[in-house]
Amino acid sequence: MTTISSVSLPHPVIDIRRIQRTFLLGETKVQALRGVELRIQAGEYVAIVGPSGSGKTTLMNLIGCLDSPTEGSYTLDGEEVSRLDDDALSEVRNRKIGFVFQTFNLLPRATAIDNVALPLVYAGVPRAERRELAKRALERVELADRMDHRPDQLSGGQRQRVAIARALVNQPALLLADEPTGNLDQKTGAEIVKLFEQLNAGGMTVVLVTHDPGLANRARRRVRLIDGEIAADERVS
Amino acid sequence: MMDLFELLWSAVDTIRASKVRAFLTTLGVIIGVFAVILLVALGEGARQYLADTFSQLGSNVIQILPGKRETQGIGPPVMGTAHRLTREDEEAMAKRAFTLDAISGIVNGGGSIRYAGRRRDTYIFGVGERFMEIRQLKVDQGRFFSDDDVQAHRRYVVLGRTIQAELFGEENPLGKRIKVAEAEFRVIGLMEHKGNSLGFDLDDLVMIPETTALDLFGLEGLTQFIGRARDKADMSAAIADVTEILRRRHNDQIDFTVISQDDILGTLNKIMGTMTMVLLAIASIALVVGGIGIANIMLVSVRERTREIGVRRAVGATRGTIMAQFLVEAVAIALLGGVLGLMAGGAVITIARWAVPGLPIQLSGWIVAVAIGFSAVVGVVSGVIPARRAANLDPVEALRYE
Repeated sequence: MTTISSVSLPHPVIDIRRIQRTFLLGETKVQALRGVELRIQAGEYVAIVGPSGSGKTTLMNLIGCLDSPTEGSYTLDGEEVSRLDDDALSEVRNRKIGFVFQTFNLLPRATAIDNVALPLVYAGVPRAERRELAKRALERVELADRMDHRPDQLSGGQRQRVAIARALVNQPALLLADEPTGNLDQKTGAEIVKLFEQLNAGGMTVVLVTHDPGLANRARRRVRLIDGEIAADERVS
Repeated sequence: MMDLFELLWSAVDTIRASKVRAFLTTLGVIIGVFAVILLVALGEGARQYLADTFSQLGSNVIQILPGKRETQGIGPPVMGTAHRLTREDEEAMAKRAFTLDAISGIVNGGGSIRYAGRRRDTYIFGVGERFMEIRQLKVDQGRFFSDDDVQAHRRYVVLGRTIQAELFGEENPLGKRIKVAEAEFRVIGLMEHKGNSLGFDLDDLVMIPETTALDLFGLEGLTQFIGRARDKADMSAAIADVTEILRRRHNDQIDFTVISQDDILGTLNKIMGTMTMVLLAIASIALVVGGIGIANIMLVSVRERTREIGVRRAVGATRGTIMAQFLVEAVAIALLGGVLGLMAGGAVITIARWAVPGLPIQLSGWIVAVAIGFSAVVGVVSGVIPARRAANLDPVEALRYE
């Protein structure tokens, strides 16, 4: 029955309903998200924007299953994840989410290919197959010729492309990027943006969180958060 | 979930990336294992040496000493109003103790031996005619005392090789007359070369018949008896037998002590064992300190690698996997220390054995296993706290950590 409905209806990758997230800072409760509703369909390219303290980082952590909501439900790729325990969330992150960080966050001692293969290690993929899959992911970001280089032997743009390859390697339902161009110069930043656009054109769902209006304007949908609530949700172009 | 091989591989990678640090981290374990190996090898060697020496002395041997003592040991018994041990006691046992196949009295003494202007001070033992076979000694030139010689208080002497060499040099001593403690004796035999045993030069002694020794030293009682049990497997029967015979002769008093060679060896082994344990306990303090060292550096390492932990968690590592990763790393570092300590200990033992042949030091398989096992345990124990800290990091905060 579920198969029939998921085939016939457009399939939301992210289905967030009335999500609240409250932090306890000492005695005071801080409400970072106050009932956010957000649905993102497969193949969308969404930028989440907003000033500091608007709750966009909290929202990104929730979408990335690094955190759980205080109230509300979150269905990721057809799976309710808002009440999962830590181990189950780790597995969801492993299977469904590809992270791209502002600071790349590569393991400094590992080669490019070993960095890319890291999620496969935790997925229990055998060594030989990991190498093969990681190599293919590196080819997708045009870095196959650098696969035995360590991060300190790569430029900033190359490092971010290795990080993107790592995010792609387990064929996630969602690519989740946090200020992916924040540490890059204009030119390399533009290359990374182009890479996201290519990946999106290939069908990948991309969600990015950014301050950068230039980056946000390239997305096809902009979600603006203010004070823990969605203030605007507009489609571009 | 990663399998153990993956974890080990990743730990080896981490250690290889900072070799000096890993070495310094595990230095305490190296020193601890080194100390444990050396001490145990010494203890084992000494124990083996004692066992060998005692089996050389004759294993089914019992000794009967005057005076009663309650505890077992090897010191002289406390003398009280005890009866002396006499020749008559010896004859009674020779006749009636069927569990013994040989018995001999022993009189300990000392004095100077002179021949042709040369003189040497040494031990002089008065013994019976069966002494040599009980102690598994041999005369290789001339003969030993006969029963007749002992009964007749003859002034015959049998010399050890050291004495012979010092007094006679190349000259044949058999039939020569020498002065033993101012009395004249005739040399009738030479003992086979025997060497050292328990720090005592078995070639540096002189034997005379026990009866003659009592006369010579003006004694009324023998120092002790030494006997050999017929049945090696049942020493207690021989002990009971001898005790019963002597008790009757001594007015129903047990004013003597019967000990078997095994008792002495057992006591020595117990002492050695206790000493080894004490030394081990001291050496294991080094291992504990080594463990603290590992825990310390691992805690620093967890802090330094907070970002890495965050990334690993983000891409799918569970708390358990992170915990396992740091535990395996701690164990690998400790094992590295264990192996290095073992190698250092083994090298020192090999060099010592080569430099001092016959040195009682021995590396046995069980201690190698114990050392490796111990360092693994040190690794687990010292890794738990850092690994838990790593596993409990919040991924969101770990990813943000500067």
